This record gives sequence, structure tokens and C-alpha cells, in this order.
Amino acid sequence: MEKTQNNKAWFLVLPVLVVVAFSAIIPLMTVVNYSVNDTFGNNEFFWAGLEWFEEMVTSDRLHEALGRQILFSAIILAIEVPLGIYIALNMPKKGVWASVCLVLMALPLLIPFNVVGTIWQIFGRVDIGLLGHYLAALGIDYNYTNDPVDAWITVVVMDVWHWTSLIALLCYAGLQSIPNAYYQAARVDQASRWAVFRYIELPKMQGVLLIAVLLRFMDSFMIYTEPFVVTGGGPGNSTTFLSIDLVKMAVGQFDLGPAAAFSIMYFLVILLVSWVFYTVMTNLDKEEGR
Amino acid sequence: MAQITLKNLAHSYLPQPKGEGDYALKEMDHIWQNGGAYALLGSSGCGKTTLLNIISGLLRPSQGRVLFGDTDVTDAETAARNIAQVFQFPVVYDTMTVRDNLAFPLRNRGMEASYIKARVDQIAAMIGMEAMLDRKARGLTADAKQKISLGRGMVRQDVNAILFDEPLTVIDPHMKWELRTQLKQLHREFGHTMIYVTHDQTEALTFADKVVVMYDGRVVQMGTPEELFETPAHTFVGYFIGSPGMNLLPATVQGNRATVAGTEIPLAANYTPPRGRVQIGIRPEYATLTAGRGLPFTLRRVEDVGRHRIIRGEVAGQPVNVIAPEGMAVGTDLTHVSFAPDRISVYADDWRVTGGPI
Repeated sequence: MEKTQNNKAWFLVLPVLVVVAFSAIIPLMTVVNYSVNDTFGNNEFFWAGLEWFEEMVTSDRLHEALGRQILFSAIILAIEVPLGIYIALNMPKKGVWASVCLVLMALPLLIPFNVVGTIWQIFGRVDIGLLGHYLAALGIDYNYTNDPVDAWITVVVMDVWHWTSLIALLCYAGLQSIPNAYYQAARVDQASRWAVFRYIELPKMQGVLLIAVLLRFMDSFMIYTEPFVVTGGGPGNSTTFLSIDLVKMAVGQFDLGPAAAFSIMYFLVILLVSWVFYTVMTNLDKEEGR
Repeated sequence: MAQITLKNLAHSYLPQPKGEGDYALKEMDHIWQNGGAYALLGSSGCGKTTLLNIISGLLRPSQGRVLFGDTDVTDAETAARNIAQVFQFPVVYDTMTVRDNLAFPLRNRGMEASYIKARVDQIAAMIGMEAMLDRKARGLTADAKQKISLGRGMVRQDVNAILFDEPLTVIDPHMKWELRTQLKQLHREFGHTMIYVTHDQTEALTFADKVVVMYDGRVVQMGTPEELFETPAHTFVGYFIGSPGMNLLPATVQGNRATVAGTEIPLAANYTPPRGRVQIGIRPEYATLTAGRGLPFTLRRVEDVGRHRIIRGEVAGQPVNVIAPEGMAVGTDLTHVSFAPDRISVYADDWRVTGGPI
């Protein structure tokens, strides 16, 4: 059928464009403005060109924060993805326990980020926290406020606690969509447990798993609230991730130019990674449709 | 390969079945001979699939034992039973190629690579998929996928039995014929025990040496297609097999006479008056319209199906069908229907009663 072309239809998109302009594009442009100017307040701007970008690209401080950020995202993905799949595989498929499990799994996801931070901040304290106290009682030298490794462990465990459910629930939904006949056929074909996972469960989970990894990557790459509440980026700079560093620079030191340049690069990195994911995902879909 | 014996077998999907009505499979004893080609025929929901899943071990029966040869396998896992089963809807492993799909059961058994290759090529030729062996199974048509499922069911040579659960439902009619013929040929060649579940009588009668008819969780008759046609043991068999099915008329039977709605008709055997609800059954093929002999017949409709004509009518308010040869004139003078006495079966409470010599 011939498609009708009517350019008036563009007017219908206008309201959305206006909303997007005010909610995203215009605020972003002020950041762009700051990133190419130097300012001393009073709305006076001096053209700086790409100076701030050059400074940021070569900044050791930013490199370290980026390194920590990549390490953090890699660690939590390496833990949360296999753990989430494992939990999903072992959750009951139906009955009362399935509902109970679902509710329990959803609970951490419903807690506001700063509350999660506060929970773990108190939980891990050596003086009054349950975890800190009993670890100390067991003779384990644990103190996230002055040991970088302990601080990392705390932040990683907190993230795993907070977000593994998301991956588990998404995988669970994927698993639920597998017709029983597949498992029956596998039993008839004398497939091992591993073969069932590899050839039936994993392929069916592939789609949701990609979304889960994308969500967790983006979220962990932008993480701010929870580690800020627990460690404040410390001890020293050991848990200062990109967004914590950015806030320190912009609000703490009031270095608006470098901070703006930093933001833009940060934004572009996330955009790039999301685009790569999106492309991979749509290609997989195409392959499926072939 | 082994003979499969079902002993006092019954199954209910409820944890605590109370009456007989709670059972999907009523208590039964049944033997599947080694190397037989069986069709399990029955309407939807009569327990065919339940029975099949019990044999393959996907379902544990509520009571009774399943024996392969002399070994009790009631508690054995499906994998331990070495049995093949093809399901109604295609099950393929999407991420594997067609070749890997067919090789999967063999690889799981740890067969040698050279044997696997030869065997897979052989099966691929049989299902006509040689050209697609190295394609991913994902994205194939339902037809092709079901052929892969069939191939996977037949790839192992040493299986105890191959079970087919309405495997040709999604296949188009032309291919159905071809695949059924191939199954039959495969059976002749390798002599596997095959049990083929279907609700299509043509499929059952063409595939099997022995047809097992199930009704309401029970095996009502096992026999050759001819036995099922000529002497149905249960009214359901009479009604289900044949097109149209057997005519059934309420009657009283005494000696070698049956009385239907006040008219007496002769029977070819001697019966002591049976207890319960008595019916006589006659195939439309053995009924003829007459100008005055037999039972008064009200004609309703004539259907021409090509080879012959089906004349639909009523006797004393009960539907009765008659098959008349093509070209026979159906005039208004044909007001009665007569039955060949030696083809009349007598049923008491739906079960066939045999008569003595006159």
C-alpha cells in the first residue's frame, strides 16, 4: 500500500519537542556554554574554547576516577549477572512461594537510594552497626571509614544487595516464558543440566539479559547517592567515582568550566555505550527474525 | 528395545483423587508388543497424552507399574528410559544449527563423531533437510521445525520406543502423507516400537498395525483397523471410526430378534436378553434403503461425497445414515431402511455383547 505523506503531521510532534527542549536540550546547552567559557560570576563569560576539555582529558584526577568507575561497574556486573541468573533459576515457578519470592526480591528495589546508603552506613559501623560489630567480635579488622579495601567491599556488597533483584526478576520473567515442552524434550533427549541451561534457558533469557546488563551498566556508571552517603568518596579518594568527583568539582570547588567539560564527556561516554548496546540488541533481533 | 507392560496403571492429576471421575486414566492393564506400530486414537482429553507421558516418564502415575521388558521403570527418570518422544508442537534448540539439533541426543549419549555424522546425514535425507543442515534452526518455518523434531526423535537407533504425540498437526497435508509413509518405512526397516497418538482416524488407520482406541481415560478396544471397523467393542469405537460413524438405535433384544420402535428385525446370532441400556449398531455401509422392507425411514438430506452418497435420515427420531452407491436413484418410494443381519452388533451399556449360534 502507498504510504500517505502529510507534512502537517510534524505539528503533532511539536508539543513533545517543546517539552524535550525545556527538560533536556536547554539545560544541556547551559552546560555546553559553561564548558567553553570561563566565568567569575555576575554572568560575565570569557571565551575559553576547548581549554577545559584539554585540561580534563589530561587530568590525572579524572583518569583515576574513571578507572575506579570502570572497575566498580565491572565488579558489580561480574557479580550481579551470574548471581541474578542463579537466583532466577532457583526461584519456584509457581505456587505461594513464587509470589513470596517475588515480593521479597522486589523489596530492595523499592527503597530510595539515600535510604539504602544510610542502611548500609549504619549496618557497617563498627560501634553501633550489626555487621560492623559482629565482624569486629569475630576478630576481623573491618572499618570502611579508614580502610579503602573495606570501603570498596561495603560499596560493592551494598550495590549487589540493592540491584541483583532487578536482574533476577528480569531473568525470571524470561524463564517463565519457556514452554514446558522444551524441558520435556530435553529430558527425552537425555540432555544434562548444563545443556538445558546452555541451549534452552540462556537463549530464551538473552533478550532480557541484554536489557538487564544495559540498565545495570548505566546505573552503576552514574552511581552517586549510595556510596556518597556511606563513604562520602573516601577514605581519601578511594571510592570517589565519576559523579562524586564531578559534584565535588562543580559544587565543592565551584570549578564550573572544567566540571561542565567533564559532564559533557561523561554524558558522551554513556551515550556511546548505550548506542553500542542498542545496535547489538537490534542486530540480534534482526537475526532472530531472519 | 523391549516390550512395554502397563500394570494396574491409573493416573489422576489431583493429589487426592476421590471418585473414578477424578482419574484422567482409569485403571488399566496393557501390553505394547516389542516392535509393534501402534496408533493411540481418541478424542481430545481422553487421556492419550497422559498415557504417553507416563510411558516416557515425564509423568509419574498415581498407581500401577510401568515395565520395559522385565525391568520396572516406574520410578526411573525419562533420561534413564532411553525413549524418544515427538511433541505436538515443534521443539527445536534455536541457537543450534539443524545439524546440531539432530545430533543433540547422540552427543548426549557420547556417541562417536563419525557415527553421529553418518547418522545425522541419513536422518536429514529422510526428512528432506540435507540442504539446510548448516543453517541455524531459529527462523525456520513451523513445518521445518517439526521435521527437525521428528528427525531428533528417530536419530537414536537403540531406543526402547518412539512416541509420537500428534506430531503432524502443524504440517501441511501433502507433507503429512510423505512423512507418515516415511515413518512407516522406518518402522519396517528398524522395527522400533512406535506409539502414535492422534485423533485423526485416517492417520491412525494408515500408520498402525494395531489401533488402540481410548475413551474417557480407558482403553476401549485394541485391534487391527478391520476389527475396529467390523466389530467395534464399544459404541464409541463404532461412532468414532468410520465416516460417518456407526448408527446406534435403542432396541430390545430377545433371541435372534431385535425390536426397534415396534418393528422387529432379524439378527444373525442368538442373544440372551442383555441387561442395561440396549442398543443395536449398524455401519452405514451395511444399511440399504428399501421400498417397504425394514424400519420406517424419514429422509432428511443426501450428501454426494464423490465415491458414494451419504443419505441422512431418521428412524423413530434417531439419526440414521445410509451409504448408497453413486448413481443409485433416491426416490420418494424408498421409505424404509434394512440392515444386513450379520453386520448388526448388539450393545449393552455401550459394550458389545456376543451372541451364540442360532
